[in-house]
Amino acid sequence: MATTTPTLSRTPAAARPVRLRTGRRRSVDRPRRSVLLTVLTAIVLVYSLVPLVWLLVNATKTQAGLFGSFGLWFADDFALGSNVVDTLTYDGGIFVRWLLNTLLYVVVGAGGATALAVLGGYGLAKFRFPGKRAVFAVVIGAVAVPGTALAVPTFLMFSKLGLTNTPWSVIIPSLISPFGLYLMWTFASEAVPAELLEAARMDGAGELRTFVRVVLPLLAPGIVTVALFTMVATWNNYFLPLIMLKDPDWYPLTLGLNAWNAQAATAGGQAIFNLVITGSVLTILPLVAAFLLLQRYWQSGLAAGSVKE
Amino acid sequence: MTPTRFRTALRGAAVAAALGLALTACSGSGDEPGDGAGSAGGGSDADLSGSLTVWAWEPTLKQVVADFQAEHPDVTIDLVNAGTGNDEYTALQNAVQAGSGVPDVAQVEYYALPQFAIGGALADLTDLGAGDLEGTFTPGPWSSVHSGDGIYGLPMDSGPMALFYNKDVFDQYGVQVPTTWDEYVAAAKALHAANPDVYIANDTGDAGFTTSMIWQAGGEPYTVDGTDVTIDFSDAGSQKFADLWQQLIDDDLLAPISSWSDEWYTGLGNGTIATLTIGAWMPANLESGVPDGSGQWRVAPMPQWQPGDSATSENGGSALSVPDASKNKELAYAFIEYADAGDGVQTRIDGGAFPATTAELQSDAFVGKEFDYFGGQKVNEILAQSAQDVVEGWQYLPFQVYANSIFNDTVGQAYVGGTSLADGLKAWQDASIQYGDEQGFTTH
Amino acid sequence: MVTSPFRARRGDPVTQAVATGALATGGLAGAVHAPRRSRRSWKGWGFVGPFMLVFALVFLAPIVYSIYLSLYRQQLVGGNAFVGFANYTRAFGDPQFWSAVGRVALFLVVQVPIMLGIALLVALALDSGRLYGRSFFRISIFLPYAVPAVVAALMWGFMYGTRFGLIGNLNDALGVQLPNPLGPQWVLTAIGNIVTWEFVGYNMLIFYSALRTIPTSLYEAAEIDGAGQWRIVRAIKLPAIRGALVIATIFSIIGSFQLFNEPSILQSLAPNTITTYFTPNLYAYSLSFSGQQYNYSATVAIIMGVLTMVVAYVVQLRGMRREV
Repeated sequence: MATTTPTLSRTPAAARPVRLRTGRRRSVDRPRRSVLLTVLTAIVLVYSLVPLVWLLVNATKTQAGLFGSFGLWFADDFALGSNVVDTLTYDGGIFVRWLLNTLLYVVVGAGGATALAVLGGYGLAKFRFPGKRAVFAVVIGAVAVPGTALAVPTFLMFSKLGLTNTPWSVIIPSLISPFGLYLMWTFASEAVPAELLEAARMDGAGELRTFVRVVLPLLAPGIVTVALFTMVATWNNYFLPLIMLKDPDWYPLTLGLNAWNAQAATAGGQAIFNLVITGSVLTILPLVAAFLLLQRYWQSGLAAGSVKE
Repeated sequence: MTPTRFRTALRGAAVAAALGLALTACSGSGDEPGDGAGSAGGGSDADLSGSLTVWAWEPTLKQVVADFQAEHPDVTIDLVNAGTGNDEYTALQNAVQAGSGVPDVAQVEYYALPQFAIGGALADLTDLGAGDLEGTFTPGPWSSVHSGDGIYGLPMDSGPMALFYNKDVFDQYGVQVPTTWDEYVAAAKALHAANPDVYIANDTGDAGFTTSMIWQAGGEPYTVDGTDVTIDFSDAGSQKFADLWQQLIDDDLLAPISSWSDEWYTGLGNGTIATLTIGAWMPANLESGVPDGSGQWRVAPMPQWQPGDSATSENGGSALSVPDASKNKELAYAFIEYADAGDGVQTRIDGGAFPATTAELQSDAFVGKEFDYFGGQKVNEILAQSAQDVVEGWQYLPFQVYANSIFNDTVGQAYVGGTSLADGLKAWQDASIQYGDEQGFTTH
Repeated sequence: MVTSPFRARRGDPVTQAVATGALATGGLAGAVHAPRRSRRSWKGWGFVGPFMLVFALVFLAPIVYSIYLSLYRQQLVGGNAFVGFANYTRAFGDPQFWSAVGRVALFLVVQVPIMLGIALLVALALDSGRLYGRSFFRISIFLPYAVPAVVAALMWGFMYGTRFGLIGNLNDALGVQLPNPLGPQWVLTAIGNIVTWEFVGYNMLIFYSALRTIPTSLYEAAEIDGAGQWRIVRAIKLPAIRGALVIATIFSIIGSFQLFNEPSILQSLAPNTITTYFTPNLYAYSLSFSGQQYNYSATVAIIMGVLTMVVAYVVQLRGMRREV
């Protein structure tokens, strides 16, 4: 019977199914905690967190305070509340609009990308069909192609189709995630035993039914992975919307923040660096929250799998 | 994922897609320029109708658009900030290239206008009414919107140069405000010697500034006749500038801060940067971006090359043009005439813009206005005078946008010590000529 | 494309070390062999079809168009004309292009080992179980990955300011004259720092997940043999995650060749050090959008693509070669 954690065969010694560890038993399992190691790793931790701390601290400063105070400590005024309010209401609340745009692109774009990758990965893993090798070669090759080779031709093509400056111009290219496809493919190869499929087919189930009822549950962890990956990528997408969108109403957050930053550099423009910083904080929060929330999902999946050992 | 969760996810996706479609429906107006209801009214103002898409980053236009729509209820205008300067030009070029998504009105800076005009992207406004506007605008901008025999835009604002200086800094160190460029260099040395953290100006290489300075010095490095282009930075004016400015670079008298960066704004406010030789549109920026400097700054005439001269040049400033691909040219022209030569001008002045029209520039109210930010000084007197003193005969390249984009690659290297300013200019000249060649121009 | 084309498409096998495990077992070679019993039919296309359809539109069509563009030349004066391989010849003799290629190659050779090295060390530290607060470390070091490149570049840009940014503050506070991170000597390092900061956590997680799939039996055997910690690392852990190492290296290499976001955003702060031909992608971008030279830009992009593919393939061959 298939287990919920996929199997791995690697070395001859591990012929039996291997579960993911969450900890070890015996003396190997409970090594001495090392302070030195903790301190060294903490250096990397500090390195990772300092800029984020900088961001948070400076989000509490007003435009004037930003420039008069030490970077890593607070200014005399604590303006986080007013900064947040200003960010959300500046220019008719366009930040909220940008947030909604980003959500749209992420849900439809990343969601669609995950769906396509799951379908495609399963197809590549479990079926033989004419042209399969070509598909494989082409998609892998796709990863190495620089985006600039595609950006302008895609833009010109989309202009002819009348798609530029619409959300579709950002969503459609986001639907293709070669790495997502590759990931699902390898995952599906391992996680879905051929015997199971045969059994379902012999029971008379059509391919689609088999897919939905039998395969998807097995692929769940891989789906979450690909979804998370495509979500992050779409949320942070910058260059593509930059060339496709001209109407600020359709900007995602990344483009919007950049526009605010650039606004200072125009004659007659207004410097709003404090809003840029506060906006950056607000942009990061949803992703961080998603990571933290989904982390529990993975953790329980891991734990559930290893209990069977 | 269990089947139930999968279904929930599907439902969620459907909701998102519906939301997306709803959003598309809600703000469809930005996508189809010139596709308005009905035709653009001709002749008289009263029966103007239709809709326009306007690409501009000038903030004072918001009010102008609102006023225009109030006066002409059958007209709808969609004002879009499609980017500042280069960003907008890229978008415009892309739209023209693709043949769709072109706005009805676009804000184009004077240095970029020839590029679009020669490329055929802009409509000739002479027959739409611009031919009657001789004398309405100051000489600098008016000649900048001409290309060949046609008029390709109406000047919106102008940027005659002046010396903005931080009076408190000069007083503190007992330095005289310079009236000639030699005095300027001396002042630079004095200020920096008194306090190494203080600089007379900042500069990390700015194409617009350099060309404006050469313009004031009487140089004419660019000669354009149709598709015949000559670029020569070895003429007298260019050399004068290069020699003088090289002194400042060599002695480290220029703050290595890029204009329009956050450090720049800070430096203007705390006395690190003592002067700005820049266009007349700067007061609005100082008021909004450097509140700390209020009361410290004053305006003086631009330093001269010879004592007693009164030559200036333009730095920045833009026009409103009508792309040739627009389907609403008459309505578009009616709007830009309103904004640049009609009631819109006063609206924009009230918003802080510096106009390009002679009438407003000479009006007593305008000239006599006292600016609190400048300690009550009547800044517009100097700025308006500067507008009249702009040196004539300057030309920009038909591909100035590109040339400016490689300015830092070439001339910019002089600021990081790689080469001399004169050599940098020569490199810029060569690269620009090479580009012109590749694009099919006859270059010298 | 899902990701910014100018950064590697790095996956996030957060739960699934197994995926990397599968990769390690020669996923590339192995996956082509279909399971024994499925018949060769068109059914597979039903599943792969939707992906390939969008792929063709979003990918294949633009590539074809790009190749077409690279064979033509459009001038401001003179219009469009077929020029054969003239653009390619020009690219091969273009000093700006090759300086850009050299720069990203240098970047690659320095930044990738450092970043992967740090990621590996942290992953090993986490895996050893000898840390206090392991989960906290794991999630915190991973956080920078969630920050968009735009925000990261803006942030570090602010901090690098030598007058009023953090560097300036430190100069004042400590009385030193730290070098300008955005000056010519240090700018590549400064950008490398930003990229490392962004991706060290992500790579760390890849390695950590791979380490987690190592069977405990191996450790038990090693303990019986009396092997010390470092011995275990060298003999067991590193070989076991070879696949993950190779994949991470390949994607980092691809990402380095495609460096664009960070220099592009920092350019306004350091216009003289970050030239318009700083990296090949930046060069292609400037050619297209400042110079309207779409044809030459397409040529540059195609050459870079081919170069990247070759290097990635070579690395993959070498890395996988010693796989059992």
